[in-house]
Amino acid sequence: MSRADGGGLLVSELVTMFRRRRTIALLSVLAAVPVLIAVAVKLSTSDVQPGDGPAFLDRVSQNGLFVAVTALVVSIPLFLPLAIGVVAGDTIAGEAGLGTLRYLLIAPVGRVRLLLVKFASSIAFCLAATVVVAVSGAIIGAILFPVGRVTLLSGSTVSPGNALGRAALIAGYVTLSLLGMTAIGLFVSTLTEVPVGAMAAVVVLAIASQILDSIPQVSWIHPWLFSHEWLGFADFMRDPISWTSTQRDALLQLGYVAVFGALAYSRFTTKDVLS
Amino acid sequence: MSTELAIETTGLVKRFGHHAAVDGIDLVVPRGSVYGFLGPNGSGKTTTIRVILGLASASAGSVRLLGTAMPHDARNVLWRVGALVEGPAFYPYLSGAANLRRYDTANRQAPKDTRIARVDFALERVGLSHAAGKRVRAYSLGMKQRLGIAAALLAPRDLLVLDEPTNGLDPQGTREVRALVRSLAADGTTVFVSSHLLAEVEQICTHVGVMSNGRLVSQGTLDTLRGQTRPRLRIETLDPAKAMKVLDGLGLPDTRLESADGRPDTADSHLVSADLNGVAPEDACVALVAAGVRVRGLYTDHGSLEDSFVALTGEGFDVAG
Ligand SMILES: Nc1ncnc2c1ncn2[C@@H]1O[C@H](COP(=O)(O)OP(=O)(O)O)[C@@H](O)[C@H]1O
Ligand SMILES: [Mg+2]
Repeated sequence: MSRADGGGLLVSELVTMFRRRRTIALLSVLAAVPVLIAVAVKLSTSDVQPGDGPAFLDRVSQNGLFVAVTALVVSIPLFLPLAIGVVAGDTIAGEAGLGTLRYLLIAPVGRVRLLLVKFASSIAFCLAATVVVAVSGAIIGAILFPVGRVTLLSGSTVSPGNALGRAALIAGYVTLSLLGMTAIGLFVSTLTEVPVGAMAAVVVLAIASQILDSIPQVSWIHPWLFSHEWLGFADFMRDPISWTSTQRDALLQLGYVAVFGALAYSRFTTKDVLS
Repeated sequence: MSTELAIETTGLVKRFGHHAAVDGIDLVVPRGSVYGFLGPNGSGKTTTIRVILGLASASAGSVRLLGTAMPHDARNVLWRVGALVEGPAFYPYLSGAANLRRYDTANRQAPKDTRIARVDFALERVGLSHAAGKRVRAYSLGMKQRLGIAAALLAPRDLLVLDEPTNGLDPQGTREVRALVRSLAADGTTVFVSSHLLAEVEQICTHVGVMSNGRLVSQGTLDTLRGQTRPRLRIETLDPAKAMKVLDGLGLPDTRLESADGRPDTADSHLVSADLNGVAPEDACVALVAAGVRVRGLYTDHGSLEDSFVALTGEGFDVAG
């Protein structure tokens, strides 16, 4: 037979993942977060004071676009890690649990190829999850609140179009921030045949990382935590945009991807598949 | 190294901790054969298959698959091998056809343009065309088993490895699988089929290997194995205990009271058998009658394959290990 079809597996993986009811449920929950925030602000009689609630919440009633940003702030500590923990923790362990892993391997899929496809599809899910929160926030914000020029943290104002561009950058930043966790999830997923275990482990790690990040006594470890730059996207709300957080974050996440990618590789390419 | 062999293992060992599930086996599976890989549950058949297919690494020894070293050259050979290992496995939320398409996509050598047609053909071969669009979640055990066989038939294969392919199938399904294996073998495909039920594969095999406790205790053509069985004396009698005593006295080994399964007149008569061990059956008859054993029938046969397997493995074939 002729050689054929290099990217077919990634397409198959993406179609399978995004058609799956569980994926749709996760994305629906994420889409509901900004709706919840916007409706709560809309229904409340008193104005939100600056400093109350999550960052940017006080700006929502003046400009609907801030619903998107507030929703991202709210989703980052728990909802996004939860969703990504489910998807990344399931990558290999899910196939092992179903027994489909052995049939993929004897197809033969190639262990490295499968790992790469799983990592790529998890990243696609991170992007989708982030974009869903941002887009859902922008839409519900535009419906419930006025949309006009946006006042940045640095005091200058930009057009709604410019603000949307910045929102896209923020979504990209959040996706980038989640890469390290995705790589950890991929590695943990090669360790077990019980997907729920892998998912739980990834979520626990994400929470532990954030807890450590909030304890001043271990400040030396903070710059090394994969969640350390998760909320660093305020840089995109300044004029001119500062890229220092992005650079730090990119370096940090790439480090995690390199280390846990290598661990996942060495584990998965030598693993006995007995499920 | 011979390329005339579809599977060849040399001193293959697979240990789980200290326990050797596969304990130094030398499989020789000729091309074009239908090889019955027999053994009780837990004797190491599935583990052997996993190592042959590169799912698990060998603790010692080597494997050649279609003349190619495994697992080193897995990607160059596995696409020519269709397999069912330890039962079928699918994505329950996908349809039968979508599951097959996914497995086919995983095979880099499978051309995309013929995928739909090959999936349809494989489904048709196992009689599942009507359920192609149904989610596998809604499949019965037998349907899943058929779909697993269809997955093994997605592309033209040189070798099929079928681990207990008739599990979960009714007698009709079992017959269909046998017919399918026959027709594939007629096309020149080598078939390596494992089973803990001798009767299910005996009729289709040209070769057999018998596993017991991780060891390959016998291997060869079916006829060779038949030739190894020793002639047995079988008597139908009303006094089984006395008969066995007499036969023991004559020095016949392996004296057994056979189960009464399938014989209608079992109310008072029993079947006793023993290895003739060179004693003439007429002499045994005289001795029995002289001792007052009431004999209804006496004959000899060469022992069924089942007998020889029981002798080789030390247990019945449907005994859970
Ligand atoms: N993943 C495993 N871990 C430990 N022992 C195993 C594992 N898989 C199989 N075994 C052991 O290996 C032996 C052979 O099992 P298996 O190859 O499944 O036998 P069969 O397929 O002939 O029924 C059994 O004793 C079983 O308990
Ligand atoms: Mg088995």
